[in-house]
Amino acid sequence: MKAAVIVFPGSNCDTDCFHALKDVVKVPVKYVWHKDRDLPKVDLVVIPGGFSYGDYLRTGAIARFSPVMESVIKHANDGRAVIGICNGFQILLEAGLLPGAMLRNKSLEFICKHTWIRTEENLTIFTGQMESGETLCVPIAHGEGNYYCDDETLKSLHDHSQVVFRYSSEDGKLGEEFNPNGSRDHIAGIVNRKKNVLGMMPHPERSSEDLLGSSDGRRIFESILNALE
Amino acid sequence: MKFKARIHTSLKKSVLDPQGQTTLHALESMGFKEAKSLRIGKYFELVLEADDRAKAEESIHVMCDKLLHNPVIEEYSFEIQEVPS
Repeated sequence: MKAAVIVFPGSNCDTDCFHALKDVVKVPVKYVWHKDRDLPKVDLVVIPGGFSYGDYLRTGAIARFSPVMESVIKHANDGRAVIGICNGFQILLEAGLLPGAMLRNKSLEFICKHTWIRTEENLTIFTGQMESGETLCVPIAHGEGNYYCDDETLKSLHDHSQVVFRYSSEDGKLGEEFNPNGSRDHIAGIVNRKKNVLGMMPHPERSSEDLLGSSDGRRIFESILNALE
Repeated sequence: MKFKARIHTSLKKSVLDPQGQTTLHALESMGFKEAKSLRIGKYFELVLEADDRAKAEESIHVMCDKLLHNPVIEEYSFEIQEVPS
C-alpha cells in the first residue's frame, strides 16, 4: 500500500499523519502540495487537519478548490481510499464527497482533549480491525466540529450504514455529556455511500503511539493497511 | 458596466446558531429586554463587471452557489446597484 498526504497552506497535522503512516504502520508515503494537479499513484489519500487558508469564508471552503482537489475527487470517484481528518473532513464536506456540513461547536469554544468514540460500523476498509461497538480513545482539536445534516440525510446515513464513529463514554454509552461539540446524533465520523471515503473529526494520527497517551488511532491505519495490502 | 453587489449569507432558520444565541443572551443580560431574536451572518461587498444587470445577477447567483454560501446550512440574498466605471 502507498499513501499520499495532501499539504495545503495552513495544514498543521500533515507531518503527524506522515509520521504515523511511515514510522508507525510502515507504509511508503509522499507529501503532495495542494498546487500539484496530479496525484502520484497511491492507494490512500490523506487530507490532514489544520486551518487551510486560515479557515477564511468557511472551514475547508477555499481548500476545496485547490488544484489538487480535482485529482482527489477523481481518486475518490474511482473507488480508491480517502481519509479526511478534522479540517480534512471539513474539506471533504465542502467538496461534496461526504454529505452534511460543520457548524461552530455548541459551546463556541475550541476543544482540544481526548474523547471516546464508538465504532458503529466495522464493515469498512477503515474499521475492519475493530469490533462493532468497540470504543477508541482518540483526541479532538477543533472549533467547528459540530456535524450537521438535515433529517432526510441523517436517515439516509443510517440506512446505508455510513455512520462509522459516534462520540460515547469509555464503555460505549451515548449521551449529551459524551458529545463534546453538539454534533447531530453524536456523529464523529462518516463514510460515503461507496464506503471508500472517510471523514472524521478525531485525530487518529495523534493517538498512534503509547507515548502520545493512546495508541487506539493506530488501529484505523492498520485496518486500512490490512484491507488494501 | 460596473455593479456593486451587497451579498448577505446566514444560517438557515432550521439550523441552530449558537453564536447568535450567545450574543442575544449578552444583549439581554445588558438590559436590552427588547431584543427578541438574533442571527449572525456574513456580509460581502462585491464589485463586478457585466454587460447588463441581468448578467450581473446571474453571475452573482453562480458565485454564491459555488463558493460564497454553503447550501447545506446557509441561505443568501443580495442587492445590486450600478456604479460609475
